[in-house]
Amino acid sequence: MTNLTTLTIAAARDKLAKKEFTALELTEAHLAAMEKHKALNAFITETPDIACARAKESDARIQSGKAGALEGIPLGIKDLFCTEGVQTTAASHILEGFTPQYESTVSQKLRDAGSVMLGKLNLDEFAMGSSNMTSYFGPVKSPWKAKGRSDDLVPGGSSGGSAAAVSGYLAMGATGTDTGGSIRQPASFVGIVGVKPTYGRCSRWGIVAFASSLDQAGPMTRTVRDAAIMLKVMCGHDPKDSTSAKLDVPDFEAALGKGVKGLRIGIPKEYRPDGLNGEVAALWDKGIQWLKDAGATTVDISLPHTSAALPTYYIVAPAEASSNLARYDGVRYGQRVEGRSLDEMYSKTRAAGFGFEVKNRILIGTYVLSAGYYDAYYLKAQKIRALILKDFSDAFAKVDAILTPTAPTAAFGLNDKQDDPVAMYLNDVFTVPANLAGIPGASVPAGLNSEGLPLGLQVLTKRWDEETMFRVCQVLEDAAQFPYLTVTP
Amino acid sequence: MSFIIKGETGDWEVVIGLEVHAQVISKAKLFSGASAEFGAGPNEHVSLVDAGMPGMLPVLNEKCVEQAVRTGLGLKAKINQRSVFARKNYFYADMPQGYQISQYDQPIVGEGTLILDMPDGETRAIGIERLHVEQDAGKSVHDLHATKSMIDLNRSGVPLMEIVSKPDLRSPEEAGLYLKKLRSILRYLGTCDGNMEEGSMRCDANVSVRPVGSTELRTRCEIKNVNSVRFVMQAIEHEAKRHVDVWESGAQVDQETRLYDSNRNETRTMRSKEMAHDYRYFPDPDLLPLEFDDAYVAGIKATLPELPDDKKARFISAYGLSAYDAGVLVAEQESAAYYEHVAKLSGDAKLANNWVANNLFAVLNDKGVGIGESPISAEHLGKLLLLIKNNTISGRQAKDVFEIMIKSGQDPNVIVEERGMKQITDTGAIDAAIDQIISQNADKVAQYREGKETLMGWFVGQVMKATQGKANPALCSELLKKKLAP
Amino acid sequence: MSLDKATVRKIATLARIDVPEADLDATAARLSGILSWIEQLNEVNTDGVQPMSGGLDESMGLKLGWRADVVNDGGIRDKVLANAPDANGAFFGVPKVVE
Repeated sequence: MTNLTTLTIAAARDKLAKKEFTALELTEAHLAAMEKHKALNAFITETPDIACARAKESDARIQSGKAGALEGIPLGIKDLFCTEGVQTTAASHILEGFTPQYESTVSQKLRDAGSVMLGKLNLDEFAMGSSNMTSYFGPVKSPWKAKGRSDDLVPGGSSGGSAAAVSGYLAMGATGTDTGGSIRQPASFVGIVGVKPTYGRCSRWGIVAFASSLDQAGPMTRTVRDAAIMLKVMCGHDPKDSTSAKLDVPDFEAALGKGVKGLRIGIPKEYRPDGLNGEVAALWDKGIQWLKDAGATTVDISLPHTSAALPTYYIVAPAEASSNLARYDGVRYGQRVEGRSLDEMYSKTRAAGFGFEVKNRILIGTYVLSAGYYDAYYLKAQKIRALILKDFSDAFAKVDAILTPTAPTAAFGLNDKQDDPVAMYLNDVFTVPANLAGIPGASVPAGLNSEGLPLGLQVLTKRWDEETMFRVCQVLEDAAQFPYLTVTP
Repeated sequence: MSFIIKGETGDWEVVIGLEVHAQVISKAKLFSGASAEFGAGPNEHVSLVDAGMPGMLPVLNEKCVEQAVRTGLGLKAKINQRSVFARKNYFYADMPQGYQISQYDQPIVGEGTLILDMPDGETRAIGIERLHVEQDAGKSVHDLHATKSMIDLNRSGVPLMEIVSKPDLRSPEEAGLYLKKLRSILRYLGTCDGNMEEGSMRCDANVSVRPVGSTELRTRCEIKNVNSVRFVMQAIEHEAKRHVDVWESGAQVDQETRLYDSNRNETRTMRSKEMAHDYRYFPDPDLLPLEFDDAYVAGIKATLPELPDDKKARFISAYGLSAYDAGVLVAEQESAAYYEHVAKLSGDAKLANNWVANNLFAVLNDKGVGIGESPISAEHLGKLLLLIKNNTISGRQAKDVFEIMIKSGQDPNVIVEERGMKQITDTGAIDAAIDQIISQNADKVAQYREGKETLMGWFVGQVMKATQGKANPALCSELLKKKLAP
Repeated sequence: MSLDKATVRKIATLARIDVPEADLDATAARLSGILSWIEQLNEVNTDGVQPMSGGLDESMGLKLGWRADVVNDGGIRDKVLANAPDANGAFFGVPKVVE
């Protein structure tokens, strides 16, 4: 029998339909891989019983010809999506033991499409981080190693568990969420495809909120086609999220294969700052050439406020987070540390329940919203955000898509010292602008650096135009012939 | 209606602004599908959104928008076609999200006006600063457990309108009139039931004092959550006097939040609000700006009822009522409608006013019921007045019939018929009675004819007595005058 | 912007996060580092720029969704209380509050 875990979703879908193997077999193969690679720490909660039960249901539906779009496909769910009856932690101690009585809209849609949940994937605490090192449940290890070295690497973050599971063949795909790059940056680090759709495409209902105006769910898969298949299931209007768009969901998969002939691809000069990693720059140039070779024209463009995006993000996101995380107070769910007074209970609960980085961001967010500082920080950030939006709308008047590197570096070591928070924040320098502007962005694995580590390229398009994004992504994927991991499951 | 506090250093006036929290009449909560109804068992009317569960999102109830716009129109206020929901961040046990969704610098309704109807018939315009929509918090119950407070989230997310006046009020009486007028307008509009006892209308009073003649605004204190008009007036009076005492002692009034204790008639510092506040308002990133167009507002405007001020003006001009009388009648929509019904049936607006505002209201007051529970229907009262107007019964008889109507709820025509209470307008019958009285009272007749005209009343009384009160009094006098003429 | 200890104490209180006295200096230094990096934004000219009015506004291509005034939720007390650290009968229990 073929190695089931290395199949793509598209291939597995077809083979399941042809009954070459059963959904249960497919699920069991993944459960075995999860067992074997426990050391990656990709999952916070594994749900093998649920997985097997759902796989059996899938087999029954396949038998009766009622297969859904993702029937029998084993997926991991980032532990930021609330799952009914299954512990949901956001990788935080404060939510340890929390069992939602509801299912997030996105995970419900995936379930309704027949997919099989393998478990809840590790992440940076409350999705705050770019390395998956802030998880209360321990860091995730990337399945990748640098050439000739044995030290562990980070999978990126915050969707680090998702990245490790998909690249390491523990799951065929996974959900991620992307607030500042949390899908695209880890996808780049582990050599998979990560898609952050337009803000408003996927319902945020039931996803533990980090920064409401930036958070978007999206798929993480090994191929562009798989991402298109999975995204179609994940998005759609949800009346329970008043920021969810009332738009029909395009058939993203149908857009694939249309090529890029005639498309105008913007190359923003601000993404090539002095000191940009040479290998990253070289790969970007390669990507430009691939698109040209495929018939696209490239256009030099300017996104003047690019360098302001990251500090702007570090006002907006912590401000929203400081408020969004106020509900973790030990009263209705999660951990509580008793106190003599209500305020003491709050302060002790939150001090014990939140980790270092989360506290940092809550304090920053509290500060930038506080009396006397609001105008200097938050209001200023809202103005710059408006300028960034304008940068992109000006650019998309001239081009159909924008190509950039996804991250400024390849994955770094798990034990590399990370004393300077700002240095860590810089991981998201190329991904954050898309979140501030609400536009879709995807990372495609495009090559390896000299150490043999994956590097991704990012494709951005205008709002609601994921179809063009997928077209460009697939051309890059085809040209790159990315050497996927050959780790044997 | 000046309200002056005589201090040791001189006269002081009080400056009052009121913030009224009015529960919007709606079926569901502001941002969730849970019931907004009062009185369910603890935590029964709570959705996952109201409980602030992780990942839950607010979705705005369209009815609450409509009600806020309606109220804004009723207050002749500026309707903002674009407004923004903001989060007011603070921790409290009955505030599950850790913030209240409210509106801050861009409320749905801007400046407006509320007209006070003063007892002397004059009016005074009080500025409305703004109206915004926000969610209520839950309830902490402190007396169920020795060491714990118990949290009930039924009210969490219930829609409120916060209606803020300008600091234009100058006496506890004006504050009381303001609240009554506001309640009247809200009830006319059907946007809030105005029930202060159940907490669907609550008032915070901002009070400061200043020497008479001064225009400065001194430090104010906010008295929170006072739940009756009378208590608001008492709390303001107490607080104003406290401020005068503090200033005159040479000390400073601290800006703080206070609670009114109606048992002791005093205010005290609210301990839970002692910690310095910094609400860190910012636009709610879960909600886009609230926007609607002219047509939306026009659609609501087209359904507004005639409001108290307009109705009052019409009652004055159409029915010739005094400003005061008209004001009393229009305070409640049902009373005004009742009055108009009676006035139209009887064809005598002033007579109708006398009977409704004096006789009927006195009865309702005695019984402690509203016009809706009046034992006498408007139709019956109108018929009674018709009986007076067409001389079927006298005014005196009408009072008797009215008493019977209160007890029996019967149609006055039936009462008059069954009891034979019809007034005698047959001159023959009255003549006969008069002749008999004249013949039996020669001495009185002589005195009258000698000029003691005050005896006329006595003669009329005798005729009435002889006819068991049924004689038409006017007719009696007329006939008596003729027969007694020298 | 350099944060002092007192400011950190104040924002920690506002955020209801107990920061031990001994950690205040280090926290202040760390937050100051982040804030001074953020302050590069002062160089961005935003004169006359209309800020986004929410975290979100129509420039994001969205319009606020409304719901009809229908009661279709609530009556799920068991679910609401299911995860409470201190569910007291039908209530959530917290340390006694004095108003």
